Amino acid sequence: MDDSLEIKEDAVLQVMNLSVDFDVKGNNVSILSKVNFGLGLGETLGIVGESGCGKSMTALALLRMVPSPPGKISEGEVLLNNVDLMTLSKKEIKNIRGKELSMIFQEPMTSLNPVFTVGNQLVETILEHKDLSRVDALKEAIELLRLVQIPAPEQRIKEYPHQLSGGMRQRIMIAMALVCQPKVLIADEPTTALDVTVQAQIFDLLKEIQAKTKMSIILITHDFGAISEMADRVIVMYAGYKVEEGTLDEIRNSPLHPYTQGLLRSMLVIKPDSSGFKKPLPEIPGSVPDLLNRQPGCPFGPRCSQATIKCRSMPPNFNLGFKRSVKCWLADNGRVE
Amino acid sequence: MSESKKTPTLLKVDKLKVHFELKRESWFSDKPVVHAVDGVSFKINLGQTLGLVGESGCGKTTTGRAILGLVKSTEGTISFEGEKLGLVSPKKMLQLRRRMQIIFQDPYSALNPRQTAGDIVLDPLLVHNIGNSKERQERVDELFSLVGLQKNQQLLYPHQFSGGQRQRICIARALALKPDFIVCDEPVSALDVAIQAQILNLLCKLQEELNLTFLFISHDLAVIQHVCDEIAVMYLGVIVEKASRSELFENPRHPYTRALLSAVLSGSPEIKVDRIRLEGDIPNPINKPTGCRFRTRCSFAKEICGELEPVLEEKSSGHWEACHFQTTNNQ
Repeated sequence: MDDSLEIKEDAVLQVMNLSVDFDVKGNNVSILSKVNFGLGLGETLGIVGESGCGKSMTALALLRMVPSPPGKISEGEVLLNNVDLMTLSKKEIKNIRGKELSMIFQEPMTSLNPVFTVGNQLVETILEHKDLSRVDALKEAIELLRLVQIPAPEQRIKEYPHQLSGGMRQRIMIAMALVCQPKVLIADEPTTALDVTVQAQIFDLLKEIQAKTKMSIILITHDFGAISEMADRVIVMYAGYKVEEGTLDEIRNSPLHPYTQGLLRSMLVIKPDSSGFKKPLPEIPGSVPDLLNRQPGCPFGPRCSQATIKCRSMPPNFNLGFKRSVKCWLADNGRVE
Repeated sequence: MSESKKTPTLLKVDKLKVHFELKRESWFSDKPVVHAVDGVSFKINLGQTLGLVGESGCGKTTTGRAILGLVKSTEGTISFEGEKLGLVSPKKMLQLRRRMQIIFQDPYSALNPRQTAGDIVLDPLLVHNIGNSKERQERVDELFSLVGLQKNQQLLYPHQFSGGQRQRICIARALALKPDFIVCDEPVSALDVAIQAQILNLLCKLQEELNLTFLFISHDLAVIQHVCDEIAVMYLGVIVEKASRSELFENPRHPYTRALLSAVLSGSPEIKVDRIRLEGDIPNPINKPTGCRFRTRCSFAKEICGELEPVLEEKSSGHWEACHFQTTNNQ
């Protein structure tokens, strides 16, 4: 509970000790282990990590959408406006989803129903949450499409998802998520399936909407470029643990966890002077640990170049300041609380 | 780096076109045609890497597949070491095929889930009837160590490997017949950053050791910049700009190239170029715009762009561009 003291007045979302377990053939596998973070008003929090690190599971757990069985949220509190989402009934949480907490998914191709028109799906979402007539709902749907900058929304609304490009579909998904003006938007790899030029458009759009509505965003991605573009603060995840947290500048310019350092080093960036041609890139040896056979100690230990004998036991989250923490023994300078 | 003049040309592609016919919409209409690749020419010298970069649907993958004969080209010629593919005898073609291989984007679907890793790498040797079983096994062992896999992993099935290891198996399979030329079709796009670095390092190491020639297809400019000697930027079936690596990144000419470069999320805000924002999406390759294909999204477009399709011209030494204007960064 090392973050609990830091609840700020404007914290919209507060996540404490969130843990998710999966039952795999009778074995209890921990997918997410005691993740803590807070989200301020109008803030964008980036969650970054490799595939399988638990970042998407965090998003699903916030909305209580962890597939169950085999998964279950074994522990934790998620406070949205001081209401613990984990204690709500199924009906109450359904009301929160889409209304206060909305989500856009990675694949705009598979998230839309191919047999209904875009308008149909949008109107249905609006009617689910608002007490409107169908005609008014349709008007609102057109307004939403205008908000996400779809040209000729009156025509587009009659089209089916396959008639739209990937970027358009993602805009529709964003429009759908914005129906109730949610306080928090969870974007799970919103641009991974899109081309770079379209990706830049979508990020601009999200920023514009955020400036208008003061919505908070949780951006989940494996792409540090996207994080640098969007996020105010960053959480780095590894094997189900939050291994480092800090502001974008802190994470980018002075990363403390060896994993964050490795991740940043192995990232390719375009160099203006086009140096480094075919030079070997610094790599993180090995691959992510098998969650089924977790070894004791630091999960990154086996791949870490700075590992010591101390790393055979699990490091705690060392708090290094306001919303700045790192889960690594290297940060241990007698600062343990 | 050897000078490009001294090394011989391995592969030459001349005015390659690949068109796909679709179903006609009514009895009286013509069949709609997708102009996937619409007149692409380039050559690659031995031991060099040519990068093809562009957005999805620009025809870069189709170009790679057409070179290997995996899709039928509609027009144009492809010559490998001076021999025109398609004109050689089937026997000769079989020999040439051994020397041209491909690594696919998705290591999850490129491997047969019912075959062990060892069998997957052994397969090309069996198909081309190379050596006896002992020699083949030795070759498989050699390939496994070459790509950094353990010998005892030969008995495992694809699902038991991670994404990066699977891509290593794909690379081993591509190398089995000792090819000279490999089409790398987005070999690292499906992988995590940390693993991406491992695979890129492996590809660079193999290229140097085995003197391989690569056609490297990617949408990721940072990856392209890291591995390619020469780069061709594709848009809607044509090459709009072609230049050496340093020239393209230091002195990009075509508005599309500059838009692509500025759309890349750099990860370091210090290099914030003035963004050229592209409106809309890539047009439909069935009804491509008249004249310049890029004009519908280009902020510099003038009347002439709608009337005349610009040709790829050498604007300065080794730097080719297809644009009617001289647009610069400051404009």
